[in-house]
Amino acid sequence: MPEVKYRPNIGAPRTPANEEPAEERARDFRPVDTGYTIQDAVAEANRCLDCKKPLCMEGCPVGVHIPQFIEKIREEDWAGALKAIKGDNLLPSVCGRVCPQENQCEGKCILGKKGEPVAIGQLERFIGDMADEVGEAPECKPANGHKVAIVGSGPSGIACAGELAREGFEVTVFEAFFTGGGVLTYGIPEFRLPKAIVKREIKGLEDLGVHFEYNSVAGRLFDAEELFEEGYDALYLAVGAGLPRFLHIKGENLPGVYCANEYLTRTNLMRAYEFPEYDTPIRHGKNVVVFGGGNVAMDAARTALRLGADKVTLAYRRTEAEMPARRAEIHHAKEEGVEILELCNPLRFMPGPDGFVSTIELQRMELGEPDASGRRRPIPIEGSEFAIPCDVAVTAIGTRANPFAKLCADVELNRWGLIETDEDGRTSNPKVWAGGDIVTGAATVILAMGAGKKAAASIKKTILGE
Amino acid sequence: MFKILKKTQFSEKVFEFRVHAPRMAKHAHAGQFLMVRINETGERVPFTFANWNPEEGWVEFIFMVVGKTTECLSKLEEGDYIQDITGPLGKPTEIEGDRVAVIGGGVGLAIAYPVARMLCEQGKKVYVIMGARNKDLLILFEQFAALPLEELFVTTDDGSMGEKGVVTLPLARLCETDAIDSAFAVGPVPMMKFSARTCREHKIPIVASLNPIMVDGTGMCGCCRVEVGGETMFACVDGPDFNADLVDWDDLAHRQASYRAEEATSTKLYEEECACQK
Repeated sequence: MPEVKYRPNIGAPRTPANEEPAEERARDFRPVDTGYTIQDAVAEANRCLDCKKPLCMEGCPVGVHIPQFIEKIREEDWAGALKAIKGDNLLPSVCGRVCPQENQCEGKCILGKKGEPVAIGQLERFIGDMADEVGEAPECKPANGHKVAIVGSGPSGIACAGELAREGFEVTVFEAFFTGGGVLTYGIPEFRLPKAIVKREIKGLEDLGVHFEYNSVAGRLFDAEELFEEGYDALYLAVGAGLPRFLHIKGENLPGVYCANEYLTRTNLMRAYEFPEYDTPIRHGKNVVVFGGGNVAMDAARTALRLGADKVTLAYRRTEAEMPARRAEIHHAKEEGVEILELCNPLRFMPGPDGFVSTIELQRMELGEPDASGRRRPIPIEGSEFAIPCDVAVTAIGTRANPFAKLCADVELNRWGLIETDEDGRTSNPKVWAGGDIVTGAATVILAMGAGKKAAASIKKTILGE
Repeated sequence: MFKILKKTQFSEKVFEFRVHAPRMAKHAHAGQFLMVRINETGERVPFTFANWNPEEGWVEFIFMVVGKTTECLSKLEEGDYIQDITGPLGKPTEIEGDRVAVIGGGVGLAIAYPVARMLCEQGKKVYVIMGARNKDLLILFEQFAALPLEELFVTTDDGSMGEKGVVTLPLARLCETDAIDSAFAVGPVPMMKFSARTCREHKIPIVASLNPIMVDGTGMCGCCRVEVGGETMFACVDGPDFNADLVDWDDLAHRQASYRAEEATSTKLYEEECACQK
């Protein structure tokens, strides 16, 4: 066949996502976005300029070879596209759905300067989801006789496990829950990241030879010394920073007041939305108020709608512009009917006659000078207190370090309880590496995966001396 | 999957399971707990270790039938499997003082027993106060009686065994006669609350093992939060033992009642289903 030079379809608009209508999808847990069809994907791939110096790659924390996989999509070579991504990113189906692309690859895409960037996230998830049809054949180097233990099966642990397994290491992942995925499973709702996808990715790792030990709490059921005695050569701690923060205001312990971790864990991991078929209950509020402005707050608010709330209000201390959530999540939440109450801070929760929360007192705020985070600091307005009805409240104001890391291994921590590491994830203990949220504090899935990859490379280099 | 090696029935509603869990048996300590998920659709429920044997590789826990999950559990037999068991969780019990009162009420006696045994092994003078509504609900009497205790007291609400009344009666006497220098209590919230009050009157330090509702048991969900001395603590990672004098008991009681209605729905549906199968 004669070689035809590729001509990008420059004038074409960005191929829209295939989203379920807002009013229908807001009442059940089905995926909001059903993903690109083959035609969509090829059309979108044809918009890529195939830049000589691809800026998109610079925007990706793990340096996915984006133009290469897009080229393979254009050629409808699904296996080739999958291979091109998986060299850098083992979880395209996950990252395509949950990465903040607007600040990363798509944020750098040259097409975004004048129009809309290539929908790299959509293309990534499209090709990730093609894995079932392509039928990947796992490629691993022959066993090298070295064993590595990984604590935590969230994005960072998974990424590290996959990299090491491909290099011929015998890898065991210890997970405290009865199923894998960490925050991908207990935190991110079904309608944004179907659990079947997380299960498929875990299965992919098992096919690479990774062994998973569930119900295994680090520092309680085993510790680092014990693992080394059992023949493990290295340990990677990826236990996350999953402990919730609280507002510490009056009435916060009233029944009906949840932190987002509990609200989402009950729903996602324990499937409380299928109670009583599943045994774990959750309170179904009519008037639900969520506090926070991040992705977790959006997930909680949208979950409340799906649990049948009449009204869901998202209260935030600053304005929508300062919210740390992805723009797409804020857009989806508003489209589904979540009302945003800007510049409001909770003062106290008050109980009704049944002892459950029934009212929240709030205070209006105004924005002052920028603080350390660069965002304008909210300042309370005296005398602006007001109350709104609320029978379920959810606080989504951040998390802190998991305390099990220090029970598991003798490693240096900083004053926030996070593990101190160097660039490669090495801790103060020569046989222990760490990465993900337990090192950085709460961050993104892709950054946690990047840390897992880096640590895997460092572990390999240290053990094999290459 | 965790195999049930032995099932013991203590009373109409109180059972003990011995399950195969070698690694857990090696690391279990008195006061720690495990979490059970009986099957794919089950909830996660905490139970405290009653006993364990690292050489033989098993752990034991005792439970009372109070709702659907415990009812389902009680129907399992030796040789059956439990889907998931996670543990050991929580901090091990540590008691200061050389003369200790161990107070256990109802199914809390299952938790009190390994603590009393541990204190005996540490060479302390141990007084045990066992409380229950009636004789039939008083579990582990022989086991407690076999320990080298200074004294064993029994109280029942109806007087069907031991002294008629509540655990604070013998506890107050121990305090008044200066027999003890510390105490440990586990059982229903009112029992722990009034034990704490009795000890406070005599300036005796007292530790209580709390049992709030839990979901993950590893500090992640905050469901088990309790107010202790004005601070928010998580029973699963900061406890389950706390200075009983500082615990906000009313707060704990409220939170324990969060899902009464749902628990009733679950139990009713389950009973109807069981009735259909008969």
